[in-house]
Amino acid sequence: MEKYENYYVPEQSHWPIVGAVAMFLIAAGAGLTVMQLSSEASSGQYVLYAGLGILFYMLYGWIKNVIHESQTGLYSKQMDRSFRQGMSWFIFSEVMFFCAFFGALFYARVLSVPWLGGEGNNAMTNEVLWPAFEAAWPLLSTPAGETTQAMGWEGLPLINTLILLSSSVTIHFAHVAIEKDQRAKVKLFLGATVMLGCIFLALQVLEYIHAYRDLDLTLQAGIYGNTFFMLTGFHGMHVTLGTVLLLIVLLRIFKGHLDSKQHFAFQAAAWYWHFVDVVWLCLFVFVYVL
Amino acid sequence: MSTVAESHNSHHEHHGAKGIKRWLYTTNHKDIGTLYLIFSLTMFLIGGAMAMVIRAELFQPGLQLVDPHFFNQMTTVHGLIMVFGAVMPAFTGLANWMVPMMIGAPDMALPRMNNWSFWILPFAFAILLLSLFMEGGGPAFGWTFYAPLSTTYSNDNTALFVFAVHIMGISSIMGAINVIVTIVNLRAPGMTWMKLPLFVWTWLITAFLLIAVMPVLAGAVTMVLTDKYFGTSFFDAAGGGDPVMFQHIFWFFGHPEVYIMILPAFGIISTIIPTFSRKKLFGYASMVYATSSIALLSFIVWAHHMFTTGMPLAGELFFMYATMLISVPTGVKVFNWVATMWRGSISFEVPMLFAIAFIVLFTLGGFSGLMLAITPADFQYHDTYFVVAHFHYVLVTGAIFSIMAAAYYWLPKWTGHMYNITLAKWHFWLSLVSVNVLFFPMHFVGLAGMPRRIPDYALQFADFNAIISIGGFAFGLSQLLFVLVVYKCAKGGESVPNKVWDGAEGLEWEVPSPAPYHTFSTPPEVK
Repeated sequence: MEKYENYYVPEQSHWPIVGAVAMFLIAAGAGLTVMQLSSEASSGQYVLYAGLGILFYMLYGWIKNVIHESQTGLYSKQMDRSFRQGMSWFIFSEVMFFCAFFGALFYARVLSVPWLGGEGNNAMTNEVLWPAFEAAWPLLSTPAGETTQAMGWEGLPLINTLILLSSSVTIHFAHVAIEKDQRAKVKLFLGATVMLGCIFLALQVLEYIHAYRDLDLTLQAGIYGNTFFMLTGFHGMHVTLGTVLLLIVLLRIFKGHLDSKQHFAFQAAAWYWHFVDVVWLCLFVFVYVL
Repeated sequence: MSTVAESHNSHHEHHGAKGIKRWLYTTNHKDIGTLYLIFSLTMFLIGGAMAMVIRAELFQPGLQLVDPHFFNQMTTVHGLIMVFGAVMPAFTGLANWMVPMMIGAPDMALPRMNNWSFWILPFAFAILLLSLFMEGGGPAFGWTFYAPLSTTYSNDNTALFVFAVHIMGISSIMGAINVIVTIVNLRAPGMTWMKLPLFVWTWLITAFLLIAVMPVLAGAVTMVLTDKYFGTSFFDAAGGGDPVMFQHIFWFFGHPEVYIMILPAFGIISTIIPTFSRKKLFGYASMVYATSSIALLSFIVWAHHMFTTGMPLAGELFFMYATMLISVPTGVKVFNWVATMWRGSISFEVPMLFAIAFIVLFTLGGFSGLMLAITPADFQYHDTYFVVAHFHYVLVTGAIFSIMAAAYYWLPKWTGHMYNITLAKWHFWLSLVSVNVLFFPMHFVGLAGMPRRIPDYALQFADFNAIISIGGFAFGLSQLLFVLVVYKCAKGGESVPNKVWDGAEGLEWEVPSPAPYHTFSTPPEVK
């Protein structure tokens, strides 16, 4: 084992409990908001906003605190490893979250929709319950008779794929540059990555508008619309978070933080970005193309 | 070890803020471990009180005390509290206390996140419990929240349940990341993988399971939320989905979750048995491999909870055989414990009593699990009290008994005092007898066809149910003795040496009792 270094155990901190209160308000507020969707009441929203406000306050304070500690050199190599491993496991948990929704997609495509169409020993299910229903994917007409149109992969989705793929390349160039301490290059490529992320999100909004307006493809449009919007929606949220992370790193770079020796924050945001990219590739293949 | 002795003397006064703020702001693994354990005990009593309501209602046939809707809420919230509020936080508390001490680490790897992952838990349970008092009541669809019970037929407060579960999941994931990183990155020099105490090994694997499956649970509750409130049809055949899909997603989480609640128990038993047998653990390496195999197998057995849903035959067969395969590594463990005791100089201190009871009764629960794994037989047992008997044997006399054993084993190390052994033995014997009066007859009523989760039953089950309820009340009351023992021990008692048990091994016994606020600021050398 390597030479012993002091492992920094932080003093007491009030940020976690502030964060816990924020989470409480967000959960209670979100719950109440959802429950009040069909009624006049809107008290839940205010609880939710209060929670989000406190959460952002906490994140700002906590991150500021951590950046300060990092700048004053409290973090050893061993701590850096803790952070890296922690981030990797966090990304793994995110992968498993997406697995649940991809699992739902595959289950619907491979099992439940064909079964409803009478496949296997389910002939009577089809005959008795929904005789008019024919299994197909994308499921454009549900057993209940809801109809929609499919989102093609040409056009916006393809452009978005190219955008995210090139953003993966730019973040890689930024990584190479930070390891060589070429700060101008880091700024250029990291800035480009953030830009590409924003363009992706904007195009995604356009695509949603197109789906709702022209294709009648909505969240309620049966299992095809469900999986389409849940998967792309959660992916979009993750792109948003990834962009924010990259933006914070970019601002820190402009402030002169992070160098070739210590750039965990950069590394974490870059890993997260690659993860978001890989999820999109799976999405593009299984939601759009196939 | 001289470095260790120096380091804690100089750090003894570093408590920081006093009073309530110490607990709110703490970054200390021992403080956070204590918080987890106290929280878990509180939840154990609340969940237990709900079980008492259930048993009171079932004392006689007919609807006696509570209305069926409230009964459903009690079965649901009892399950949720015991799983997410009692057993899991207890193990996380033990991990917080013991893992850094066992591997010679200064603290957990990410101390502030450690605090956060604890403090969001009480809030999550506050939301869950408060929903019981709202108009329409709390969740009433069983802790497994099967669709369409949780979607089409649930009350409007389901959203609160969903977000409460989200927070519990976030807490577990953060806790697990902390444990895993601590074990991988903060081991003292010389603490190689195959020297790790088994409690640490089992927790490492548990943490992996947690990170892998808690997000899937989050996905499941999210789909329930959108199905109920936003018009999606994941679990609705009319839209192309399938209610059975819910069960697949849920049990993909649920089965590894079962092992999350038992693997740390294996670690505890593997620590206690050698101590009081005064022998090395028999088959250390095979224990590690067995634990890993159980964890891997846990990902491919989930549908044995769903044999009666009409799966294709190939699925039924695959999940039956895969499930039975688990008995091999589990058997390895049980035989190793017995072999450890073989020809040992056994003494029957309280932790050992609980550990031996664990081996016998957990194995019994394992056997009924084997019966349930047989697909055609499961068609008979499914959704009967036989299943209730099975999982209470593995969770109460398994997980809970191991937690009791751990508490009695390490309480002197935590407080510096020996507890009242007479009271503790009373607690053990009362629990042992009453828990069997409580759960053993459930096998019989289950085999005879009494369905679970129903507030009324056919008259022929009346006598057995009366006996079960009496066992239940006795077991519930006996746990108050545990609270008394812990309280008295925290307040004072006979002082104990560093090494409380003469056969004990491990770094935690080389530091003073009570363990100093900061242990191992300089890592010890492990030979």
